[in-house]
Amino acid sequence: MPLLEASGISKVFGKLTALDGAALTVGENEFHGLIGPNGSGKSTLMKCIAGAEVPTTGKVSFVNTDITAFTPTERARAGMSLKFQITSVLPTLTLYDNILLALQAQSSLLDLVFSRTRRALHDQVMTMLTQFRLADRAFDAAANLSHGQQQWLEIAMALAGKPRLLLLDEPTGGMSLEERRVTGELLQPIKQHCSLVIVEHDLDFIRDICDRLTVLDQGKVLASGTIAEIQANKSVQEIYLRRA
Amino acid sequence: MGGAKQALAEVSEGPDAVTGEVAPAAGEAARPAAAGWKILPIVEGLVLLVALFLPLVLQDYLTVFATRVVILALFAISFDLVWGYAGIMSFGQALFFGAAGYGVALLARDLGVTSILLILPAGALIGLTAALLLGGFLLLGRYPSSVIFVSLGTLTGSYAADRLARGWYYLGGQNGIPSIPPLSLGSIDISEGPVYYYLALGILVVIYLLCRFLVRSQFGLALAGLRENEQRIAFFGYKAQHLKAIIFAIGGTIAGLAGSLYAFHEGFVWPNMLGVVFSTQVVLYVLFGGSGTLIGAVIGTVIIEGVSFWLSDNYRDVWPIILGVLLLLVIMFRPLGLISFVLGERERVGSFGKVPKESR
Repeated sequence: MPLLEASGISKVFGKLTALDGAALTVGENEFHGLIGPNGSGKSTLMKCIAGAEVPTTGKVSFVNTDITAFTPTERARAGMSLKFQITSVLPTLTLYDNILLALQAQSSLLDLVFSRTRRALHDQVMTMLTQFRLADRAFDAAANLSHGQQQWLEIAMALAGKPRLLLLDEPTGGMSLEERRVTGELLQPIKQHCSLVIVEHDLDFIRDICDRLTVLDQGKVLASGTIAEIQANKSVQEIYLRRA
Repeated sequence: MGGAKQALAEVSEGPDAVTGEVAPAAGEAARPAAAGWKILPIVEGLVLLVALFLPLVLQDYLTVFATRVVILALFAISFDLVWGYAGIMSFGQALFFGAAGYGVALLARDLGVTSILLILPAGALIGLTAALLLGGFLLLGRYPSSVIFVSLGTLTGSYAADRLARGWYYLGGQNGIPSIPPLSLGSIDISEGPVYYYLALGILVVIYLLCRFLVRSQFGLALAGLRENEQRIAFFGYKAQHLKAIIFAIGGTIAGLAGSLYAFHEGFVWPNMLGVVFSTQVVLYVLFGGSGTLIGAVIGTVIIEGVSFWLSDNYRDVWPIILGVLLLLVIMFRPLGLISFVLGERERVGSFGKVPKESR
């Protein structure tokens, strides 16, 4: 049984059909790349899976549960996490507090009011900051980080709740080559406990870290399979040639 | 614990490979700049000190005025919690203030209840109930409600209550409920003057400290998340709507407490207390002083009320215009309020919960 199974997903915005019966299946501990030309519906599919958009038709199952009607909060509590395309770290808070905010999301109300999980979470905050090479900036405001560092902070925050599935929408957007390489390194270790769906324009990056790919074109799935299968696929080549 | 320290040590060993910046020693990085964070307690201490000695130097009629300001500051804190800390645009905070005022006035008029031990809890309870009802309706949807919906909803609630009070004979119509008897404790009457002043100040200080505890806790961090990016924290798994309803209810409770103190202090209640006038006034107090800081709400109230008092005495005809211009200037050039002249951004946002000592 796959971890995530989205099938027949359509999303219509007024006259625009962003998704037209798209599907995505992701197994346990699988890194799955979602690629396709601009406007092919990658981000919309991510949002439908994460609950930021409600699909017009279709079904999303996660860990054998139909979550199509779940709110983002309920999806997060079921073990799904999303990093938005636009960085949305909380700029006035310190890096430390950004991570703590993500870590304490499921603490009970009384624990929060009396700061009872503060001590236990402190080490986790520092471990995560260290893991994402941000520990030396722990008490800086997140607004002072470089773009790439903000992306890492976001990924760290998205991972804080120990999700079983992480959805990353363009994590390397606006990053330097070196930052991209580091991002790949930062993502590798999470494979032991987490699956990944990643929307990305950088095909080299995708090739380096993903096990499987799904190619979208005009809201439909063009192809899905291993990297080798996709690279050999004629219609995929056509799209990318057409674009080039 | 050990893992974190070890990892920290690794970071401190060399320059950051990516940014090229030299990482400061991890021990220093792990310690917030606590040494520099001292302005807020100083401001709070000074305000308290002045407040404590004020009745000793003021003439009686000014002590009565000062009492009113202290009660309004309590009201301002209730709004600051809801808006300044949680980012809920409540344009109808006076609804809870006035509803409690009317409620306790009726208790006194119809049932002869004036004991402070009953009146204050009753006022708080009325504020809480009203906030739970309105907040439940406005905030507790399955999906987050829009800012417009909440601000118009609260505004409408406050306006409707004002109209209702004006039209309802039982509530005294336009005139409200006059001649409320003094608050009492046993056989002692607590009437306006120094005693009432210190009663109000004591309550303000207690509520202030409780709120300070709350906003500096991990719950306060969740509120900060709510204020800055409600959608984001829902994706972490926060029940954002519940958080909002809770802080809205706490705000309503405090507004109710303030309303009941106000009603007995003034000796009468009137429809404005429920309506848009008071609701906007409290927004101005908080904006002026500095939203998102508790002391800012207090200072804003004191200055606006003080300046209005002085201006209305000296420039009888044009004072509202002068006050309006002053407010505009502050809001345009100091959007974080007067407190931002002395308080830095980092200290305003502050930290949440205590960093365990042994980790520092």
